[in-house]
Amino acid sequence: MTDILDKIDSKALHDWNSPENRRRVQKRYARDRLLKIAGLTAIGLAVLLLGILVTSLLYSARSAVTQSMVELEYFIDPAKVSRDAPERGSYRSIVKKAVLTHYPEVTNRRQQRKIVKILSGGVSYLVRDHVVANPDVMGKTISLKLPLSDPFDQLNKGVIRRDLPENQRRVSDKEIAWFDVMVKKDLIHNPINWGLIFNNDSRRPEVAGLRGAIVGSFYILLVCFLISFPVGIAAAVYLEEFARKSRMNDIIEVNINNLAAVPSVVFGLLGLAVFLGFFGLPRSAPLVGGMVLSLMTLPTIIIAARAALKAVPPSIREAALGMGASRHQVIQHHVLPLAMPGILTGTIIGLAQALGETAPLLLIGMNAFITSDPGSIMEPATALPTQIYSWADSPERGFTSRTSAAIIVLLGFLVIMNTVAIILRQKFEKKW
Amino acid sequence: MEPNMSTEYLDIANLENSNVEQGRPRSEAAETPDITLDTDLKFRARNIDVFYDTNQALFDVSLDIGDNAITALIGPSGCGKTTFLRCLNRMNDVIDICRVTGSVELDGDEIYTDKVDPVLLRARVGMVFQKPNPFPKSIFDNVAYGPKIHGLAADKTELEEIVVNSLKKAGLFDEVKDRLAEPGTGLSGGQQQRLCIARAIATQPEAILMDEPCSALDPIATARIEELMGELKESLAIVIVTHSMQQAARVSQRTAFFHLGTLVECGETEQIFTNPHDDRTQSYITGRIG
Amino acid sequence: MTTLAFASILIMSAMGYFIGRRRSLAIVNGERYRLHSRPVYHGAFVALWIGIPTTLFVLLWLLFQYSVIDSLLIGSMSADLTEGRSGEQVQLILNEVKSIAAGNFFNIPSPEIQDLANTYNALVAKFRWMLVASAIVIAAAILLFTLSRISDSFRARQGVEKVLDGVMIGCSLIAILTTLGIVVSLVVESLRFFSKVPFYEFLFGLNWEPQIPIREGQVAAEGAFGAIPVFTGTLLIAGISLLVAVPIGLLAAIYLTQYAKSRLRAFIKPLLEFLAGVPTVVYGFFAVLVVAPAMKEWGAGIGLDIAPNSAIAAGAVMGIMLIPFVSSLSDDAISAVPQSLTDSSLGLGATKGETILNILLPAALPGIIGGILLAASRAIGETMIVVMAAGLIATLTLNPFEAVTTVTVQIVTLLIGDTAFDNPKTLSAFALGLLLFIVTLFLNVIALRIVQKYREKYD
Ligand SMILES: Nc1ncnc2c1ncn2[C@@H]1O[C@H](COP(=O)(O)OP(=O)(O)OP(=O)(O)O)[C@@H](O)[C@H]1O
Ligand SMILES: [Mg+2]
Repeated sequence: MTDILDKIDSKALHDWNSPENRRRVQKRYARDRLLKIAGLTAIGLAVLLLGILVTSLLYSARSAVTQSMVELEYFIDPAKVSRDAPERGSYRSIVKKAVLTHYPEVTNRRQQRKIVKILSGGVSYLVRDHVVANPDVMGKTISLKLPLSDPFDQLNKGVIRRDLPENQRRVSDKEIAWFDVMVKKDLIHNPINWGLIFNNDSRRPEVAGLRGAIVGSFYILLVCFLISFPVGIAAAVYLEEFARKSRMNDIIEVNINNLAAVPSVVFGLLGLAVFLGFFGLPRSAPLVGGMVLSLMTLPTIIIAARAALKAVPPSIREAALGMGASRHQVIQHHVLPLAMPGILTGTIIGLAQALGETAPLLLIGMNAFITSDPGSIMEPATALPTQIYSWADSPERGFTSRTSAAIIVLLGFLVIMNTVAIILRQKFEKKW
Repeated sequence: MEPNMSTEYLDIANLENSNVEQGRPRSEAAETPDITLDTDLKFRARNIDVFYDTNQALFDVSLDIGDNAITALIGPSGCGKTTFLRCLNRMNDVIDICRVTGSVELDGDEIYTDKVDPVLLRARVGMVFQKPNPFPKSIFDNVAYGPKIHGLAADKTELEEIVVNSLKKAGLFDEVKDRLAEPGTGLSGGQQQRLCIARAIATQPEAILMDEPCSALDPIATARIEELMGELKESLAIVIVTHSMQQAARVSQRTAFFHLGTLVECGETEQIFTNPHDDRTQSYITGRIG
Repeated sequence: MTTLAFASILIMSAMGYFIGRRRSLAIVNGERYRLHSRPVYHGAFVALWIGIPTTLFVLLWLLFQYSVIDSLLIGSMSADLTEGRSGEQVQLILNEVKSIAAGNFFNIPSPEIQDLANTYNALVAKFRWMLVASAIVIAAAILLFTLSRISDSFRARQGVEKVLDGVMIGCSLIAILTTLGIVVSLVVESLRFFSKVPFYEFLFGLNWEPQIPIREGQVAAEGAFGAIPVFTGTLLIAGISLLVAVPIGLLAAIYLTQYAKSRLRAFIKPLLEFLAGVPTVVYGFFAVLVVAPAMKEWGAGIGLDIAPNSAIAAGAVMGIMLIPFVSSLSDDAISAVPQSLTDSSLGLGATKGETILNILLPAALPGIIGGILLAASRAIGETMIVVMAAGLIATLTLNPFEAVTTVTVQIVTLLIGDTAFDNPKTLSAFALGLLLFIVTLFLNVIALRIVQKYREKYD
């Protein structure tokens, strides 16, 4: 025993610089480096995956940025369109005629039909809409740029490659030759695809757009905000400022924390069974979507609002109470205004989450195929994420790039909302 | 327990150490502080500047620290005591934004060079922190941690010997010998701090740096630690940061007074407390600043 | 019309506010100091008492109006229309009537249906007027009553504050009501399901084929609702996702907290947050667009047959989704370990790696485990990725290269486009939902408890 104590005392006991020890230390450092490299690899991997995610979406979306259009002269023949009811004309034949004037040599009916199919099937409706909106074009010839059908849109953008053997692509050599006639006559244009945002949904990818989904998402978020914001603040104020430590309040608190982690699809079941089943509210309505999402957003807002209230220093409450204000007045006049930026930040983050939420909306039928935007919160609608889901599920090739583009639109909204939240937080962080 | 005010350190000057420059600081150094050491020189710090990012925490500090003695660092809060202490075993390297310039020699060898491995340096210069912080492991594993990572024990029995001896030196063995396998966090505050000291001396360091080791302890536990320090200094150098003037006076042989990042004055403890050269020191020890 | 109801409430409340205020001043002849509460509080008292109960009344009315109208309409159907028809078929008639009432016809309706549609429109109009009328009556009654209570000694402020207290408590209770709503609706529908399919069969059966057409007289329960393959599929995919997310997330957190310079941290953190904010439908599309084809190709390259909707593709993408979640929870757990503990280890001459492995991770372990449990709960409950990238057919296998289905996939596919709750197919979705709810709740409670204990330890 004592000799070891002596050993500790004598400084010559351990030779830190012996070659043996140096080797040992080298090994220890190697292990340290290994951990460091593993960590760096993990981060690199996460960044790489994010990069792949974003670039693959952008890459896939690039062909949805523009839309191939063909500029043709349409003669609005009064023989085919009645002046009194322009919506009931035979627009199909007007379109057919406009196309076929460029192919006088083709007389075979089947071939003619194929040529007309270079244009989107929605073109005759678009011409109709134009005439309905401008009745004075009756009997005149109008020049319109209207979308190509999906295969030719893809061909024009080079997605369908001409150098592939004929049996491996969706357009035949002959169709390409017909298409090239239009190209040569300089009739094909590639404007920015604003229709993606301003059109309503359609089965035809070339004319499908997000308008209805954006309006639907807006209504849903509006309902969600109108419910969860006031309710969330009231609950947070009660729990943070008034509730005494009691069993009931403990239960409420545990409840809120757990609710925040309940899978979203369960909220969908709740909406389906209670709002649709029990109360008989209309299916696919933004009102129901907003109500379901508000229940999901509520915990986020309550937790954020409580944190914001907690951050208001007690000295402010005490000072105001000392001046004879009631607790309600203190909270209303002093605490809430100071906590408001924090509460708003939490609310925006909660709404951003709600905007991306899909599963509960599917269960209450918000993936319906709806070709007009909802006029009110009671009318059937889709939402951005459910529209993405429907498009992703559609077999038409043109929907792939449009789904990616729709995702980028959705991510754009999310980035904007989160940026606003961050700016709000930084601007008002700890003023006192 | 009697405060340990031993002045025996004069007698135990360790003259065997050949690689240590003896006695006085080197004369060729123009910046040599005006101090005299009665014992061997352990640390020789010269022109230390420390920056946290752009914020300078130490200004041109030069200080000698003797072996087999207790050196106390005192000064008001935020004056850079901890920062200086952490320079002595390059713990500041751990902090991202921290930059140290100047020179520190340990037994005459510069420690701020690439050749010196901070890991080995820290094995030689142990550290004890303000709050007792045993690792979330058993008492035994707490003490065995250092020897294990440095490979100081060839086998299990040797490891056990080191642990037992370290605990004995820290005056803790009798209290914990029956529960070495229990978690170290189950001990009382004072016991925990002695465990931390045992942990630090288990790697057989040549110096121990203590940052306010008693500030979280009651007077009895404090006295126990102070007694322990008195015993330990027989075999190594101790540097202690303390806010307690009485403690500095009780345990240390030399005292250095820091103020706003500068070393104001350094000398024998008795002289600092009875006859300080600098007005600021006077004001501080009489409780007028800090 | 609903707008009219709410507008009238708003107007009545505003009226109540001004009348209440005037009244209080009139009582004391304008000598404000004689009032116990300031006039605004008298006004607010009246307004709140009108506004809140009437609004609640209108909301309740609106919630129930549709089901009441429906049952009235069914009651008014002639016997030969409902005779011998199931509830589902009557529901179909009802839907037809409603769409005709809304003016959407596809072909000329039969006179019976047309009559019903007219009745329906009349009923709706009647209900609307009744709603507005009763709202106004109620508001007026409350107005008279509250006005009668105003006096110089009336404690209007306390009254207002009591109402506000009540509102706040009510709002806090919504969280509990939500949970109750979830539990009750899941349990009720599940009980209906278990009355058709035996409980043990659901829990232990090996065969899941709920989509089989339910023919007349067929016992739907015949071996078609054994959920074991669905459970194993769920666990397989969740397991794969944790295998991806836990190592990457944990190592990333270690690197970020221990090794990374603050510049790198400031760059990586927002990226991870972005990854965390990406909606899961996007990940689902990513799986279909990139990961699954890539894996299939890779498998073909090494002679492996990987299904296009393989468990491994869905699990891997779910793992990517969970990386930021695991990393931020691990980050929290690691950051909660006091600096002095790592400093002590470093001060003893341990390398950073040794400190992390020997001191930091053991100390942070409870927090990390809690985080992993939360991640597991997320993985089990995650819906969109698997709906888009996993299979629909329940196969009992643990082969990650095959297609399996999950609880959430089944819930969604069973319920999409189907609202009639009277066949085992749709009801089974609720039984699955109940199970999902119980399991995730259990995981969450345990995880939160562990994390909480752990936080207290170092606070
Ligand atoms: N990790 C750090 N990052 C940035 N600045 C720091 C850090 N540590 C210390 N400082 C700054 O350096 C200066 C000196 O701090 P130090 O901890 O050395 O003071 P101290 O004398 O030990 O104080 P106390 O008696 O309160 O412990 C202070 O101004 C402090 O703000
Ligand atoms: Mg300090």
